[in-house]
Amino acid sequence: MAKTHVTMKVNGAEVEGLVEPRTLLVHFIRENLQMTGTHIGCETTHCGACTVDLDGMSVKSCTVFAVQADGSEITTIEGVANADGSLSALQEGFRMMHGLQCGFCTPGMIVRAQRLLMENPSSTEAEIRMGISGNLCRCTGYQNIVRAIQYAAAKINGVEFQEAAE
Amino acid sequence: MIPGPFNYHRPATVADAVKLLASLGDDARPLAGGHSLVPMMKLRLATPEHLVDLHGVEGLKGIRRDGNRIVIGAMTTQHELLASDEIARSAPILHEAALLIADPQVRYRGTIGGNVANGDPGNDMPALMMTLGASYRLEGSSGARDVAASEFYQGAYFTALEPGELLTSISIPAPAAGHGYAYEKLKRKVGDYATAAAAVVLTMASGKVATCTIGLTNLAETPLSAEDAARAVIGTGLDAATLKKAAAAAEAIMSPAADARGPVEYRKHVGGIMVTRALTRAFARASS
Amino acid sequence: MNDMTPTREQRTAVLEGMGCKRKRVEDIRFTQGKGTYVDDVKLPGMLHGDFVRSPHPHARVKSINSDEALKVPGVLAVITAETLKTVNLAWMPTLAGDVQMVLADGKVLFQNQEVAFVVATDRYAADDGINKVVVEYEPLPPLVDPFKAMDADAPMLREDLAGKTTGAHGPRKHHNHIFEWTVGDKDLTDAAFRKAEVTIKEMISYHRTHPSPLETCQCLCSFDKIKGELTIWGTFQAPHVIRTVVALIAKIPEQKIHVIAPDIGGGFGNKVGAYPGYICAAVASIVTGKPVKWVEDRIENLTSTSFARDYHMTAEIAATKEGKVTGLRVHVLADHGAFDACADPSKWPAGFFNIVTGSYDFPTAHLAVDGVYTNKAPGGVAYRCSFRVTEAAYCIERAMDILAQKLGMDPAELRLKNFIKPEQFPYHSALGWEYDSGDYATAMRKMMESVDYAGLRKQQAEKRAAFKRGETREIMGLGVSFFTEIVGAGPSKNCDILGIAMFDSCEIRMHPTGAGIARMGTKSQGQGHETTWAQIIATEIGIPADNIMVEEGNTDTAPYGLGTYGSRSTPVAGAAIAMAARKIRAKAQMIAAYKLEVHEDDLEWDIDGFRVKGLPEKTMSMKDICWAAYNSVPPGMEPGLEAVSYYDPPNMTYPFGAYICVMDIDVDTGVYKVRRFYALDDCGTRINPMIIEGQVHGGLTEAFAIAMGQEIRYDDEGNVVTGSFMDFFMPTAVEAPHWETDFTVTPSPHHPIGAKGVGESPNVGGVPAFSNAVNDAFSFLGSTHIQMPHDFWRNWRAAKELGVFV
Repeated sequence: MAKTHVTMKVNGAEVEGLVEPRTLLVHFIRENLQMTGTHIGCETTHCGACTVDLDGMSVKSCTVFAVQADGSEITTIEGVANADGSLSALQEGFRMMHGLQCGFCTPGMIVRAQRLLMENPSSTEAEIRMGISGNLCRCTGYQNIVRAIQYAAAKINGVEFQEAAE
Repeated sequence: MIPGPFNYHRPATVADAVKLLASLGDDARPLAGGHSLVPMMKLRLATPEHLVDLHGVEGLKGIRRDGNRIVIGAMTTQHELLASDEIARSAPILHEAALLIADPQVRYRGTIGGNVANGDPGNDMPALMMTLGASYRLEGSSGARDVAASEFYQGAYFTALEPGELLTSISIPAPAAGHGYAYEKLKRKVGDYATAAAAVVLTMASGKVATCTIGLTNLAETPLSAEDAARAVIGTGLDAATLKKAAAAAEAIMSPAADARGPVEYRKHVGGIMVTRALTRAFARASS
Repeated sequence: MNDMTPTREQRTAVLEGMGCKRKRVEDIRFTQGKGTYVDDVKLPGMLHGDFVRSPHPHARVKSINSDEALKVPGVLAVITAETLKTVNLAWMPTLAGDVQMVLADGKVLFQNQEVAFVVATDRYAADDGINKVVVEYEPLPPLVDPFKAMDADAPMLREDLAGKTTGAHGPRKHHNHIFEWTVGDKDLTDAAFRKAEVTIKEMISYHRTHPSPLETCQCLCSFDKIKGELTIWGTFQAPHVIRTVVALIAKIPEQKIHVIAPDIGGGFGNKVGAYPGYICAAVASIVTGKPVKWVEDRIENLTSTSFARDYHMTAEIAATKEGKVTGLRVHVLADHGAFDACADPSKWPAGFFNIVTGSYDFPTAHLAVDGVYTNKAPGGVAYRCSFRVTEAAYCIERAMDILAQKLGMDPAELRLKNFIKPEQFPYHSALGWEYDSGDYATAMRKMMESVDYAGLRKQQAEKRAAFKRGETREIMGLGVSFFTEIVGAGPSKNCDILGIAMFDSCEIRMHPTGAGIARMGTKSQGQGHETTWAQIIATEIGIPADNIMVEEGNTDTAPYGLGTYGSRSTPVAGAAIAMAARKIRAKAQMIAAYKLEVHEDDLEWDIDGFRVKGLPEKTMSMKDICWAAYNSVPPGMEPGLEAVSYYDPPNMTYPFGAYICVMDIDVDTGVYKVRRFYALDDCGTRINPMIIEGQVHGGLTEAFAIAMGQEIRYDDEGNVVTGSFMDFFMPTAVEAPHWETDFTVTPSPHHPIGAKGVGESPNVGGVPAFSNAVNDAFSFLGSTHIQMPHDFWRNWRAAKELGVFV
């Protein structure tokens, strides 16, 4: 099958590559670009481990073809940290609130949560739970992920984070 | 879990898309959000030789008011539907239902056109469109035609779309001001298809139900319009006996398959309950 | 002393030792997408392998034709059982003493069984190739129902065992029988039942499910023909065992096998076993001379690499009218699928199921387990539990509730009446275990007070009355569960895997500047070992945890260990760590004595170094001792500061806990809501409370999923009907309940730091709590036992059968 030339901006850098039309975006990112932070957990659009930000939308990159992303702007977990290399509010929140264990769902979860907080920086717990319902986690039971996102939201909004009473 | 090879086409206009689909024939499939088609391709249950990606087609997106109708471009995503003030104002049932479709990521990609056009009995929008009295604009090489949602669905994955035709927009008569509405969907978890779901749109006059339509999702091979059930409530104050009668009338037309969501009897039973609950909630929301 | 001198509290705090909610070391890389999981490892010239799988649950393989597949661009080889026979690898030994086909050898025995392995330049070409391999099958009648496995006319599944009347665990009664395992005193138990004032009997099923970590099983094998060395990166919970297994079956000298388990995306038992993918990738690498990667997809994971549970347990309890238990009799029919590949210690065909007497003082008990073959995937792994312990806990906790119901007693009261008392420890159970420590009644009462148990029961009574009056369609259940786990396998006297005793190990090397590296035989899959192991060392030798690097998973550098599963890391490796650290401290004491010019016995340990007794100003910090170890050790002493410990535990550890679930169920739809879930865990000494809480949250969420719907289900024809995350219940953040956690601390008396392990307790204790809540909700309508899983439609069916719709 003839290959197609694609260009896109990934984490602020222009990248290009030759892909088959059937090449999935997640494989383009992981194999061609060698950025392996984006994971594959189910391949059937259920788990969200492959979530990336595509032109301002959280998408499951296992269900988008790389050719469809030609000309687009993508953020992966590798592009989430602050410009100075320090952890972003969300990354810090996940660490402080023990929002991860095996780490496999974490990149997709953080990329998704970042878009959620951009759209609704004052999400309630219910909105956060709905907002990350396209991302499965097998380790944490989500409770600490919710707290991690609340921690980040507080930091982004410049208010003090109040830990929910147990 | 890798799709088979295919040729990729990205037309810029509806005319080009239609031309491509016509010339490529059965070997081509239009690609909208892709969240039904791509997983099927990964399982190689679908092996199209050509994909005609509609993302580059101008004029397939957007929500606009056209007199007393709401017109939604086929490539409008569920996410855009949720963000639309026009929908929230004029057809809030679509807002309520879109939130119950799949998950946030899928809603960014999944389109209303794909949802209504592929004929999957699990999809939520078809029954809503029947309930709202919507019609679909189908465009093919021999021109455009409008087909009522109620005439569109012929069987599971089998619709009125002719080969080479594309569903380009949906037109919905704006429900009357003060109408009551509800979409009740029982599902096992976020991302699941309905075990049973019911859509209700009704209007009231002098404390009684004046008009009512009821749609059912995933309770047969096609979406259903529960007409007998709707007739049963018109003219009533929705007392308990009427609700029971309506649920029974709706259950009478259901023919769901047994699957992991439950046996046929259960799915019909909860189908009736969804009808009851949707009627009750719509009734409470309507203003006389 | 001036103001700058740190206080004792400050000196302790800087260590971030045991008891500290230390933030995880791992998270720095994981939150930035810089973890290295198996599929992230890429080697030059790497090939990909993928399986052709059987659509049939039971069929004869008439022929396999690879001609068209080999014409697919990029496809290099198609490996079949015939290929594997040339290297004697068509079959492989299982951990349970059975053998398993690597690739279909004449027959397939479960749907999605591995039939051929296509090797190609990339995963796309491999997938194209598998679709071109033509396999001709002759379908055979499938055996799905384990209760029919030993019928006279049941089809023979394992023709390779035809005529064999003895298996790895004794006599076989039928061509589909694997073993019978009995424990306890049958005569005494039968007598107890004859004399009993009250008895109950119930068949309690624990359905087949799957651990399903978010990262599937995968490996990358690279054979170096010149050196004759095989390197395997894999998702291995027990890398050393994998190395030994490969050495034994592939006949490669063990020193030439390098097994590396990099970051692992969750295991929960799924990554203990050896799977055909590993063998095929290794053989493919040997055949092609190139690195070969195998990554299973989710459907393959759910349907072929292991399963969990599938125990059908008939439980009987004998008791007095006052509710004192006098005997327990259990028979288990265990569905092991097509091959007995259970991941248990070798001598334990039903794992530690004989913990089934639970937390109660049964004077006598008897247990018999029959394992049978069916046309289902092999496995039988401990899905976040010690071996078959969650099945046992579920069995006894359901049975106790059923007894309470029969006696008209409150289930909490019945438990309190029968608990093993603190003064009875160490307690010898009727089925052969020696419980190390426990204070069950205290934990139970703390739970009851915390949730206002009496108030909840009152509320339930009111709600039941309202239901009967027709005022509500919602019923309320209280699920009480009090579990005792048995973890930390295990003592060499009774635990081994393929003949290797189940010790674990730690090696610590201190560097001159007061930093060090510690390596263990365990392998974290998310448990946070890099964080917690350093905390143990920090407390033991007074070096800040931040200065200790923890490394696991590389068999070339780590000391031999049996790996991480069955909550064994803290009880076994955790002890090895403490013991190795104590060796370091013992040598350090000699160095300090020499430097301080006092006798060793005149020194005492003080947080982060030694001080001279009676002369608190005369001290030597561990950091300074590290330096001295490399330049001025006492005459005759070897320089350096290193230690290794191989720890053979004297006993198992017995964590316990009191859980309660408050649930409301809408009888019209069967939809449930978990109103409240409270979990009190006693895991002995708590190393990192933050991580413990995280483990409990995760385990409870898995327990919730299992009890409420997570099932690997086969239809009557043997087809798997729950092969994706659509139908295999995997809760999202929306469905997952909110968790309340609590604890008591009863240290293990035989463990160096008193820790017992916690990772699996919430799964073990959680499942009965959820199931008891559902059963408790329905009990007033006349039901005794409703089988799991309790998904919506089954709850509705229960309501219907109890007559609530008339």
